Amino acid sequence: MSREVSPSDVEAAARLVAFGMRPKALPGRDPAYAELVRRYREDDVFADTAQRVASGLGLVVLAVDAAPGIVLAAVEESVFEIRMDEYARRTALANRQADKVLHGLAHLASAALAFPRPDDLGNDTYVGRVSVDQVDGAVREAARLLEERVSGSEEADPLSDAPQLEAVWRVWLRRPEAAGTKDGRAGEATTRGIVGKALRFLADQGFLVPVGTEGVYRTTPRYQVQVRELAAQRAFDELLELGVLPVGDASGSLRGGSDV
Amino acid sequence: MVRAGDDGVARRLKALACTAPLHDLDSRRTRLDWLDAAPYQMSEIALQAIDQVTLAMDFDHGADQAQVVRRLRPFVAAQAPEASDDEHERVGHWVIENLINVGSLDRGFQIDYGSLDEAGRYVRRRFDFKLLVELAGPDGQVYLRASDEAINVLVGALDTDVESAQVAAEVKLENLIQRGRLGDARLAAEQARYRTVQYAEALRQKLDATRRDVRSVDWLASVPALLDEALTHIESRYRAETAILANIADARDDAAEPDRRRQAADLLGVVNDCIQRHTQLQTRLQEAGAAFRAEQDRQEFTGGPQRAAVDVFGQLLRPCLALDVDRALAPTGAFFGAGAGVRVPSVPSLGGLVETLLTPPAERDPLGQPVPEPELAPVVPDAFGELRWARADAVLGAGGDVVRLSELLGRARDVDAELPALVALRTLHAVGTAIATARNQGDGSVLIAVDDGAVLHDPEFGGADLLVASAAVLAGDLDEDGDGTIDGNDRREAS
Repeated sequence: MSREVSPSDVEAAARLVAFGMRPKALPGRDPAYAELVRRYREDDVFADTAQRVASGLGLVVLAVDAAPGIVLAAVEESVFEIRMDEYARRTALANRQADKVLHGLAHLASAALAFPRPDDLGNDTYVGRVSVDQVDGAVREAARLLEERVSGSEEADPLSDAPQLEAVWRVWLRRPEAAGTKDGRAGEATTRGIVGKALRFLADQGFLVPVGTEGVYRTTPRYQVQVRELAAQRAFDELLELGVLPVGDASGSLRGGSDV
Repeated sequence: MVRAGDDGVARRLKALACTAPLHDLDSRRTRLDWLDAAPYQMSEIALQAIDQVTLAMDFDHGADQAQVVRRLRPFVAAQAPEASDDEHERVGHWVIENLINVGSLDRGFQIDYGSLDEAGRYVRRRFDFKLLVELAGPDGQVYLRASDEAINVLVGALDTDVESAQVAAEVKLENLIQRGRLGDARLAAEQARYRTVQYAEALRQKLDATRRDVRSVDWLASVPALLDEALTHIESRYRAETAILANIADARDDAAEPDRRRQAADLLGVVNDCIQRHTQLQTRLQEAGAAFRAEQDRQEFTGGPQRAAVDVFGQLLRPCLALDVDRALAPTGAFFGAGAGVRVPSVPSLGGLVETLLTPPAERDPLGQPVPEPELAPVVPDAFGELRWARADAVLGAGGDVVRLSELLGRARDVDAELPALVALRTLHAVGTAIATARNQGDGSVLIAVDDGAVLHDPEFGGADLLVASAAVLAGDLDEDGDGTIDGNDRREAS
């Protein structure tokens, strides 16, 4: 059953993997890419070769399909891995930890707003829209609900001598949404600045595409795959380990208002 | 249990803390090096600023800083009329920036306070608050809004229920109008307006949340209750204000004093503004239902699930928000690492490399900037030359006794036809020779020429037939009058 893999097959497989490293390349735009994707889906040996090429490079093939093309993810410690330290480099050392969390949260919130319901994440034809306004607004609203929950109790204010034990929603709420700067733009350390950075970054990675008015993006199939197949799972596992994961049900748990 | 009393202390402490930034303004104003702060009451300006920001708040956005400073200027100017407009404006900006607390990362204030936990232990907690908040408007501009804390500080109604304060203010207003105390009536009307703004703000937040996600707001109970409350509020306010309006219009027309007439007119303006705000609020209330239904249609009636997926908002984002910073690092970091995609290490491609290498370096002249062509004036050549100078030396130095210029010229003419000119020049130069200069220079001898009134008879030159002599300079020997020149007194000696 197994057949010989010729060097030219390996080359083709490597070319497919290389396409995955180009954020803006899409099978719909490039017939050669589309042909490689078709081959991957029809030829198991070729698919296996492509996966092995990727694996050798320190990558994992998340999905290969006509719409998103090949979606890759970096394994830990791979040269292709994007580290938070590099991403959030320009933060002051004093509140580095809180800043990292805010940056990570901005990415999480961008995904949450891009795919508000589990169905949206599961539905391949769904195209989400996000804007800085929406993302920051949603996180603030969620944080405000958490604030309402503790208001009146003795937990209403954080401990003053343990910044690491401060709840994340407090950090987000306390951080200003925007800050006037000399040139009239929003400051970078503000929540809108952090979300704006996340969205621009995702657009550079080919996960979002800017549409029409400034600051509004639509999602790409690639982003959906990335969030669904990997990012959400990873975060899910981490939360599971921390034992704070709420029990989900089929209809989704996004019903913030009812339990306030 | 100490619980109840304890809570009261904490609440009062927080209320007190909100005023601290204002006191701080007054204590720090003397440290400003660009300002003679004595005439300014900074806390007063701060209250006016919060006032102006609050009044400018409506549904969509607040006021931008420049606008607030503009409105603030008359109040600042009133405190220091002799200072310049620039200074007034700068003071206005300074106060507002301090109310925002621009220097801090979070742009807010905080105060530590203690409370007792269940075990009766003293626990230090931090109360974070803001007075003026910067928000981004729909056009990307940054606008100011007053926080709830600021509004509470401003109206002085700490820890009171919005609705009951509203009713109290109304009753007070009507009484005041009946008794004709318009100044107080104006204050009460303004307080009522702040309440209205607070309502509007609460409603705006709910509406915003609804637009973002229908399910994040409880449309079964809490929002309808809020809408009902707001509608009832508008209804009662409308009735009250119409009555007040008629009342004040009467008061204005009846008033004989111009001052009271003006007060009544002012109050009329305030009440009109209130009514306008209610109308605005009512419009939003009417739109709210439609917005909800439209959002519900959009968000609920889409296709059924195709596969099980994680609920990013509810299962990931919200739990992360509830975690503390330390523990949230792992899940948010994991999401970022997995969701950010791959980074392609930047390696120069061969094409790029070749191009980089072949790009001719930017032309840079090793000599630097071109030197501007200097404008040269022709050098006047030495009219005499070294040889003639030597010959002139010989002619002048010869003899050593006093010689007439005419004789010197004659001697020179024997040597060289051009020489008499140089000799004549040097002789003229020798008239009034500074002995002190020659001595300082260490010259051995000095040429002295003195005019004794004899007239020169010469084919080339005219003037006095000078007596010329070469005199040795003795170190430490000054001429008597000490001025170092040959004058009338010295002349005899030289002769």
